[in-house]
Amino acid sequence: MLTDRKLRGTGSPNGPVPLSFLGQGLAAWVDRQARFLFLLPAVLLLILLSIFPLIFSVYLSLVRFQLVPGGFRFRFVGLANYRKLITGIEREHFLGLLASPAPLIWALAGVIAAVLLLFVIRGMVRGRSTLPAMAGRAVFALIAGTLVWLILRTLTSGGRPGSLVTTMVYVFIGITVQYWLGLTLAYLTSQHLPGRRFFRVVFLLPMMITPVGIAYMFRILANLGIGPFTPLWEALGLAEVSWASDPWGARIVVMIGDVWQWTPFMFVVLLAALESQPLELLEAAMVDGASRWQTFWRVTWPQILPVTSTLVLIRMIEGFKIIDLPNVLTNGGPGTATESLTLHAFIAWRTLDIGGSAAVAYALLFLVTFMALSYINLVHRRLAGAM
Amino acid sequence: MSRAQALTPTGTILSYLILGGWAFIVLFPLFWILTTSFKLPVQVYDGPVYLPYVDFTPSLHAWRYIFVDLRGDTLRPLMNTVIVALSSSVLALALGTTAGYGLLRFRYAPRYGVIGLFLAAVLLAAVAVRLRVPWQIALASSLAVFFLARQTVGRRFRSSVGNDDISFWMISQRILPPVAVVIPIYVMFQRLGLLDTRLAVIITYTAVNLPIVVWLMRDYFRNISVELEESASIDGASPYRIFRSIILPLSTPGLAATFLLVLVFSWNEYLLALFLTSANAQTLPLLIAAQNATRGPQWWYMSVLILIMIAPVILMAIALERYIAKGLLVGALKG
Repeated sequence: MLTDRKLRGTGSPNGPVPLSFLGQGLAAWVDRQARFLFLLPAVLLLILLSIFPLIFSVYLSLVRFQLVPGGFRFRFVGLANYRKLITGIEREHFLGLLASPAPLIWALAGVIAAVLLLFVIRGMVRGRSTLPAMAGRAVFALIAGTLVWLILRTLTSGGRPGSLVTTMVYVFIGITVQYWLGLTLAYLTSQHLPGRRFFRVVFLLPMMITPVGIAYMFRILANLGIGPFTPLWEALGLAEVSWASDPWGARIVVMIGDVWQWTPFMFVVLLAALESQPLELLEAAMVDGASRWQTFWRVTWPQILPVTSTLVLIRMIEGFKIIDLPNVLTNGGPGTATESLTLHAFIAWRTLDIGGSAAVAYALLFLVTFMALSYINLVHRRLAGAM
Repeated sequence: MSRAQALTPTGTILSYLILGGWAFIVLFPLFWILTTSFKLPVQVYDGPVYLPYVDFTPSLHAWRYIFVDLRGDTLRPLMNTVIVALSSSVLALALGTTAGYGLLRFRYAPRYGVIGLFLAAVLLAAVAVRLRVPWQIALASSLAVFFLARQTVGRRFRSSVGNDDISFWMISQRILPPVAVVIPIYVMFQRLGLLDTRLAVIITYTAVNLPIVVWLMRDYFRNISVELEESASIDGASPYRIFRSIILPLSTPGLAATFLLVLVFSWNEYLLALFLTSANAQTLPLLIAAQNATRGPQWWYMSVLILIMIAPVILMAIALERYIAKGLLVGALKG
């Protein structure tokens, strides 16, 4: 902001002399408005294409779309679209089938509830906490508890995860695998082996390929009759097993595609972080006789933690939007087993259930915002230092 | 990294095994698509054959079908994708670069009152249009209301948002799942008669990519020294002149890298195009996705289409790697 005052345009005394007084006045006015003309187009476009649609979506999620003679109309139905997702006919699709919890699950849930309760109480006791902070902790504990309860009951035997839990499975398992794979590859590539540049370009490729293409690629590869691994499946006696009709088989294939595409992103950023770390510390560790393993975990890894945290945040935000892979790879099937929330919303839209679609989309928005905020407040602040 | 520590021979071999293994995992699907595009249907369905000229005789039938028999049906989506990706990237770069520069060099302090008033005025216009007032009148009158009220109501509220708030608001648009806003955008373009046109897709992609460009370019401009601009300003150059003649030439590498990144995003985009286009403005990802629905899995044709999509991207990957290696995009990728 150093040049703010100087740049704010005081006309242009030495510039070309305008033809008329009016022209000069206009030029001076345009110069004075420079700072708005620089920013305003972008802001207006974003308001037009994201703020208003977002507000309009709230309205859509509260109505039911009806075809009437000569067109269509929206009938206001209040929260019925949301009720349908949580208690009504869409419940199995959205939340999944809840198993009656076994004793072990009760115990696990009890432990988690205790931890969350402790988290809230500790926040109160620690002092200096304002009312909004306390309310925030309580709300976090409540939502997190509900989500964990949902995950526990749908992922145990007898339960079946709906699109909500499936999306979370994609995101959490996907990020974990991508991160550790990406870190391994980045660490090895940073070792100054000959041929590094080749690996760097090759490893970058999957990130740039359209997910729809990747989905088809994996459909061909995973095809049990014509895929390249057919002889292998036959040798292993697995030729009769069809991943496409097994819910977890199908989900795993979707996740493999996701890992194939997004490991490169982790790789690229982690590689840059590894290469920019100061050498002195490594040398000091080496002089002290630390092994490579110790050096990595005690010196290198703590240094790249802030980058790790940002990476996880970005991938989390992007990962929740997954649609291309399940849509093309499995069409959301078998049944609705591989449907993500975005795909769920799209399928609802395609069947003209526009209100239901908007409600699912809002549920997704709520989930992403909750996850991102919790992550930023509980993890990211600590790992990344000052925001 | 361990420039200090040399790898043991075993370590070197192990490293190459892992790196080579992942390179194989990355390249094998691409290789498979490439060979499948040269296979006859019978060669695909009789179980896998691997090496051209060894296992099977390559045939150009799929390529001929896509490019000769289906010429129009392939070239139209291809042209759509090229036009949409290029124009939306150029637009996003133009709007985002100026906004990024503005956010760095000027100070903005719009008051909450003014922002709220503006939103209210636009809502008013929207409601008026809904009540069948001609849109020109609605727009003009709501703008008039806004400027009149700004003098009185808007200034009552003291607190204002700052540059950082605006930047954060922009980048937070990335959190928004596109599916949450796409239906209203669909309705809007339908009302404007722009559904299934390239223009609609271009506008939408521009808005989607804008936050990334703002964020990246702002970081890039931050490293350009202010002295140059100050001396130009003393010499009487207008802000536009400074931006055009000093800032832009100095940031060519950043602009190029950002452009490529955004181009790849628009090139691959699927969900928004799925909602906003049907036949005329269909883009390549949709054409590929539609293969299954219309004709059953005809792997050879699909492979050709996927290769058409991948070929330019591979070139961009090589170009981008150079920028990433120079550390240009990394701050960006980190968010």
